[in-house]
Amino acid sequence: MNRSILDLWVGLFVAAGFGGLLFLALKVGNLATFSTDATYQVNAKFSNIGGLKERGPVKSAGVVVGRVAGIRFDGETYEAMVTMNLDAKFQFPRDTTAKILTSGILGEQYVGLEAGGDGVMLKNGDRLRLTQSAVVLENLISQFLFSKAAEGKDPPKEPAK
Amino acid sequence: MLIGALRARLERLGGTVTSAVWRLGFASRFLFYLVVHSGTALRRFRLTIAQIYFAGVLSLVIILVSGLFVGMVLALQGYETLQRFGASESLGVLVALSLVRELGPVVAGLLFASRAGSAITAEIGLMKATEQISAMEMMAVDPIARVVAPRFWGGVLSMPLLAGLFSAMGIFGGYLVGVQLIGVDAGAFWSQMQAAVDWNNDILNGVIKSVVFGVAVTWIAVFEGYDAPPTAEGVSRATTRTVVTSSLAILALDFVLTALMFTGGNHQ
Repeated sequence: MNRSILDLWVGLFVAAGFGGLLFLALKVGNLATFSTDATYQVNAKFSNIGGLKERGPVKSAGVVVGRVAGIRFDGETYEAMVTMNLDAKFQFPRDTTAKILTSGILGEQYVGLEAGGDGVMLKNGDRLRLTQSAVVLENLISQFLFSKAAEGKDPPKEPAK
Repeated sequence: MLIGALRARLERLGGTVTSAVWRLGFASRFLFYLVVHSGTALRRFRLTIAQIYFAGVLSLVIILVSGLFVGMVLALQGYETLQRFGASESLGVLVALSLVRELGPVVAGLLFASRAGSAITAEIGLMKATEQISAMEMMAVDPIARVVAPRFWGGVLSMPLLAGLFSAMGIFGGYLVGVQLIGVDAGAFWSQMQAAVDWNNDILNGVIKSVVFGVAVTWIAVFEGYDAPPTAEGVSRATTRTVVTSSLAILALDFVLTALMFTGGNHQ
């Protein structure tokens, strides 16, 4: 086989291989959206984070504005400390509320931010004071059962009169 | 009598173990020598390019077709299971993660071992059997630098590209079946995939896996060829051994690498 034709095929192969990797990176892995953008870090304490994972999305009004950078346990307050990297393009007031929400009924859990009304914006390293923990299904069911049981106790008294 | 038979067995077992360790040592020394004497293969890069052609370009057809079909089957099977839980929109995630993390590197590696690895072993073994290797030594040409090293680097460079193409083709096959044939929503298919697949954790780890498999397969292939007894039977045995050993090596390495990469705990 002619040398130059061989080079052409190898060149095509290498180009196709890198094209495949580029396809994986851009179309499949969505590398372009979240990588080199400038971010700032904020912390929030939750009494229960449910099934939140590192790298989980942080959304505001349903739009992804950042990622969960780290989750650790605070041994002093017995709470979970969640560190989030927020996109520097989006500034949030200091009294923003952080909630742990679930997308759909079985979907993944994410941190939802609700902007407050403070004029001072969050800075790198700030902590969100207002948080709302994940809803734990077991607690919800037990509350429901207790309230049902309490309802069931009261009515029989009244008709007895 | 009984003790004598038992002793003979034990001796044979010991002999097998010793020769296996001896071969492993020789193979390691061979790899070290090969890497140190890779200067020629990298300076005269045309030698390596020719080997990329034989190992990579000629494997393209089987890799692309297998990737397409693996992706299509994944989409069909995955859809059957996911729609039971009403999660058929996650089909893209399932197809992409299985391909990028596992199936791409592993299946491409297995195909590469049987398509290119066996050819490398047979070629080097036959060169040895027809005394071309000794002739080179006679002419003061280092056969490892001239013959073995270009084949090694050709294989090592081809493997990650083949695995990437396999995954890309598989995702395309999954798209064809999932979106075009079954009718999963195209937007959900791609966006859920993009949300779940991470560059560092998934794609880069897949590439690292394919590089490791590429080194393992080509190392085994060139070593078996170089170590083959210079007879017709010896070459055929060496070729078989290449395919068996490198397939087993890929599966064992895949388990180790997966345990290292994906069981870190926090990421899913």
